Amino acid sequence: MARVRTGVRAMGAVLAVVLGASLTGCSSTGGKRAEERAAAAAEGRAAVNTPRWTFAMVTHSGDGDTFWDIVQKGAEQAALKDNINFLYSHNDEANQQAQLVQTAIDKKVDGLIVSLAKPDAMKAVVAKAVKAGIPVVTVNSGSAESKEFGALTHIGQDESIAGEAVGDELNSRGRKKALCVLHEQGNVGHEQRCAGAKKTFDGTMQNLYVDGTNMPDVTSSIEAKLQSDKSIDAVVTLGAPFADAAVQAKQTAGSKAEIDTFDLNAKVATGLQSDKLGFAVDQQPYLQGYQAVDLLWLYRYNRNVLGGGLPVLTGPQVITKDDADALADFTKRGTR
Amino acid sequence: MSGATAAPRKPEQLDERLVRTSPLRKLLGRPELGSVVGAAAVFLFFAIVADSFLQASSFGTVLYAASVLGIMAAPVALLMIGGEFDLSAGVMVTSSALISSMFSYQMTANVWVGVFVSLLVTLAIGAFNGFMLTRTKLPSFIITLGTFLMLTGLNLGFTKLISGTVSTKAIGDMEGFDSARALFASTLTLGGVEFKVTILWWAALVGVATWILLRTRFGNWIFAVGGEADAARAVGVPVIRTKIGLYLGVAFAAWVSGQHLLFSYDVVQSGEGVGNELTYIIAAVIGGCLITGGYGSAIGSAVGAFIFGMTSKGIVYAEWNPDWFKFFLGAMLLLATLLNAWVRKRAEATA
Repeated sequence: MARVRTGVRAMGAVLAVVLGASLTGCSSTGGKRAEERAAAAAEGRAAVNTPRWTFAMVTHSGDGDTFWDIVQKGAEQAALKDNINFLYSHNDEANQQAQLVQTAIDKKVDGLIVSLAKPDAMKAVVAKAVKAGIPVVTVNSGSAESKEFGALTHIGQDESIAGEAVGDELNSRGRKKALCVLHEQGNVGHEQRCAGAKKTFDGTMQNLYVDGTNMPDVTSSIEAKLQSDKSIDAVVTLGAPFADAAVQAKQTAGSKAEIDTFDLNAKVATGLQSDKLGFAVDQQPYLQGYQAVDLLWLYRYNRNVLGGGLPVLTGPQVITKDDADALADFTKRGTR
Repeated sequence: MSGATAAPRKPEQLDERLVRTSPLRKLLGRPELGSVVGAAAVFLFFAIVADSFLQASSFGTVLYAASVLGIMAAPVALLMIGGEFDLSAGVMVTSSALISSMFSYQMTANVWVGVFVSLLVTLAIGAFNGFMLTRTKLPSFIITLGTFLMLTGLNLGFTKLISGTVSTKAIGDMEGFDSARALFASTLTLGGVEFKVTILWWAALVGVATWILLRTRFGNWIFAVGGEADAARAVGVPVIRTKIGLYLGVAFAAWVSGQHLLFSYDVVQSGEGVGNELTYIIAAVIGGCLITGGYGSAIGSAVGAFIFGMTSKGIVYAEWNPDWFKFFLGAMLLLATLLNAWVRKRAEATA
């Protein structure tokens, strides 16, 4: 027991030393202090005095997904402005997502926002919500099914169209042989993106599957591919975090390929600025969350419906070096 | 063995431990032999099937893939020899990277401070695993599964709470970053081929693990504890200290891997690492560790990691239809393990 206590005391001493060192061992560059200095926080307040309605958003996002994090931020900001009590939940398994929608119906929410990545599993429960008189807006995926299921509007990007935009952009950059890096095997949206790009791209395009939860594996797989085929002159990743892995793979493999990506984050913005990346295709996730809440509010307040029965598209927006300068700050705060 | 025979031995009947064994027989008795044969088979296979597999730069890539896995596989192998599992090892790597990144950023401290805080916290997580295991006597499967889930939640919850997003802020512009990157994530060029520094970490860790296992008292304790914990305790092996020590070893390697993750990509995604714990165990098993404990080697885990690296990248070099990627990977692993088991059985039969 005495040994344990001295051990604890020793640990405490070490911790104290480290904490002390951290106070003296400050970094004069970067870090939170720099962020605080730079950021002038805007205070958020409701802009309307409509009743405090409750809207629920249920998505097919996995844990810790950057993209959906931005969607959620957009929705929260709109909810704040519209005086909405906003509830968010997510599950990447269709069955679980349907159950979450059911709990929202049970709570008798005033509006529902769902993503239809696996439409068949969601059909029954969305119909239930509509029958219960809850207005539904679909976001991100499910543009084809949205109307059929009885939703007011769909807000999102058509993955095939986004892919086609990539193919066009690659053509205009004179690329001949491209690689499409899929980080989630079996994701329909990912397949559609690569298929869309293949459709409009004049050169040849190959798919490469990597393990998205293991960054070193992503890097070394792309590296291996680039080494085995030196003629690849473009690599397209389907998520912002994977663009940087591709940049490193390119360096190690000594390849001349241009790295392009779907989606945006701070790292991608600086990558575009420093010419490490060619272009990024953004579908503006912030807009998907923000608009979904805003449109539900408009429907509740004024029975307005946007889109005239057609999906409202938030992308694809092709972002290059020129746009990146203006967007860098917004990516840093996590809203672009 | 004891009490089997009370009859006095004839002088020519030597104790079995004193019987001289031929070098060949000694070799056949090594746990990693099967995996070495398997590795050679996998190597030959891809050398024939994939043109670009044999070029020097490919070797660097395969070694990198193997090293990232192997750094973790070595202490995981030791832990398995000691009869335990660690299902939290995969996310612990991510936790470790998140801690150093967020501590440095939030305190605006030199990144080395964050690196050392992360070492302490990661070791504390390892100690927690070992302490809970030895205190509660619950199976390590349950204890580390609990840690795995808790860490997954903490990674996400804390990152979001502190950074406001699901990934950490970039710390590439902070003091100490370049020197830390040199230690954990630099690239060395040897004869025109680029090798990642993780390969050195891997070699060092496997070397230390092998030395501990074969040359120290602690190594004997590991085998004893994994073979039969109660018998080991009865002859005076400190079972609790040994097991906690093994978990600390895994935590240390998780720290090294985590720092590699942080300093190669600058930004860490909080949801990463899930599922990797199984690959570490797979590498150890291919390398000849028994799932039941008490048998295996650190070098075997390195060979296992190498097989894994060759297979996962070889499929890319061979340019096979990517739809079948996971199937090929699984089949290769199964074949390697079967070959490993077959060679071991043959070796034991002739020994």
